[in-house]
Amino acid sequence: MTIRIKKRSTGKNLRTEVEKRAEVDLATCYQCKKCSIGCPVSGLVASPPAEIIRRLQLGAGDELLQTDLVWTCLSCETCYARCPNEINFAGIIDAMRAIALEKGVARPAGNSPLFNRRFLDTVKSYGRAYDLQMIVGYKLGTGKLMDDVEKFPTMLKKGKMAILPPSGADKSKVKRIFNAAKSKGKSR
Amino acid sequence: MKYAYYPGCASHSTARDMHESCLAVAKALGIDLQEIKGWTCCGASAAHQTDRILAAALPAANLLLAKEMNLDMVVNCAACYSRSKNTNYDVVNSPAVRKKVKNALGQDYDGSVAVRHFVEVLSHDLGPAKLKKAVKQPLNGLKVASYYGCYLLRPPEVTGFDNPENPTLLENLVEAIGGEALEWPGKVECCGGALNLTRTDITVARSAAIIEIAKAAGAECIVTACPMCQTSLDLRQLDMVKTTGKTYNMPVLYITQLIGLSLGIPPKELGINRLMVPPKAVLQALNL
Ligand code: SF4
Ligand code: SF4
Repeated sequence: MTIRIKKRSTGKNLRTEVEKRAEVDLATCYQCKKCSIGCPVSGLVASPPAEIIRRLQLGAGDELLQTDLVWTCLSCETCYARCPNEINFAGIIDAMRAIALEKGVARPAGNSPLFNRRFLDTVKSYGRAYDLQMIVGYKLGTGKLMDDVEKFPTMLKKGKMAILPPSGADKSKVKRIFNAAKSKGKSR
Repeated sequence: MKYAYYPGCASHSTARDMHESCLAVAKALGIDLQEIKGWTCCGASAAHQTDRILAAALPAANLLLAKEMNLDMVVNCAACYSRSKNTNYDVVNSPAVRKKVKNALGQDYDGSVAVRHFVEVLSHDLGPAKLKKAVKQPLNGLKVASYYGCYLLRPPEVTGFDNPENPTLLENLVEAIGGEALEWPGKVECCGGALNLTRTDITVARSAAIIEIAKAAGAECIVTACPMCQTSLDLRQLDMVKTTGKTYNMPVLYITQLIGLSLGIPPKELGINRLMVPPKAVLQALNL
């Protein structure tokens, strides 16, 4: 692998911030690469898991938040399960996602942040997820309105997609949680 | 056997069949599932990809309701199970998270409610031997690939479900109802479900690879205990023909659907008609 680190980007803050949020100690990674070998998307991304860790160790800066694995990661937790040093790499990715969202630099292919917002919007409104509204909202946002439409009639017929919004949840409790949580589930 | 039951949002939408078959099987086996009143969304992957406190506080709200009921919480959705287990792990191991969750909920949660997957209840509390006795319609050696995916198994120190590299709980249940549990190397792979709508290409490729492995092992059907896996492997088969040129026609059932059939429960009550790939081979093996 070739690792390029931007000149003058100390990266100290990114590594420190990631270590703090994910509660990991990156000094314990000895680059055995078990995480990368087990990762189902290693072959698809610019930098597989062990390389991301090496970059953080070497002092990469915020440019690393743009690396494609941040939003291509499937959260399958294979990296964490197989790491001999119990480094929670899936947690590192979640921390990088949160930092990227806060800094407004998350612009991945497929736009998972938009999907997550539309999902959480429905949770905030109904106390439970409402697939139909979430999917329409996401598709409107990405302009990929026609993807999967051929499946909808069958799904609706088979009852695989609720038409009406969910009811029965304690909505006020969910609102309280969203208001208290840092992100507040707001559209950014 | 009495539990607080958390159905999860998918139980009323994309995974109604998971919910229906769970309730039908529980009833037939005398397992009392008391639905938690007013339950709310666990936040799923959207919450943990966004904010750690949101990800812990949403499941904690339901865990507190289960605590008031003084019962273990049974979850049948592998994703909700994972989020609830992660919450327990986080509040126990991180005082900072516990404090922030308390602040968000206005109530302290100590991580003490046991979270059980319905497969764990069937495997440990009921046990395969008792299940076997209840079988009315054995599977006649139907070749079944048991597929676990990620949420039940990983991280093992959080879920504690089974051996993370070679789990066998599902196989034991399949054998108990008269199926042939196949040895196959795909059972702990990831289906790519987390990106089902955002990077459908990845989900389709991952899921097609898993179906290929199951097919090579001689599987007549795949069973799963996760609605994300079920959707990836079943619904996304319709897209696989475009990338692989193959029509697999591989039935993908919830383990509770297969168990329900073996208990003589009518297919309709198990939501069998909701599967995108009709499980013809399975119904034939059972003379249905
Ligand atoms: S498995 Fe662990 S120790 Fe090995 S390279 Fe990955 S993070 Fe480092
Ligand atoms: S959790 Fe993400 S980074 Fe880790 S193995 Fe899975 S896809 Fe790869």
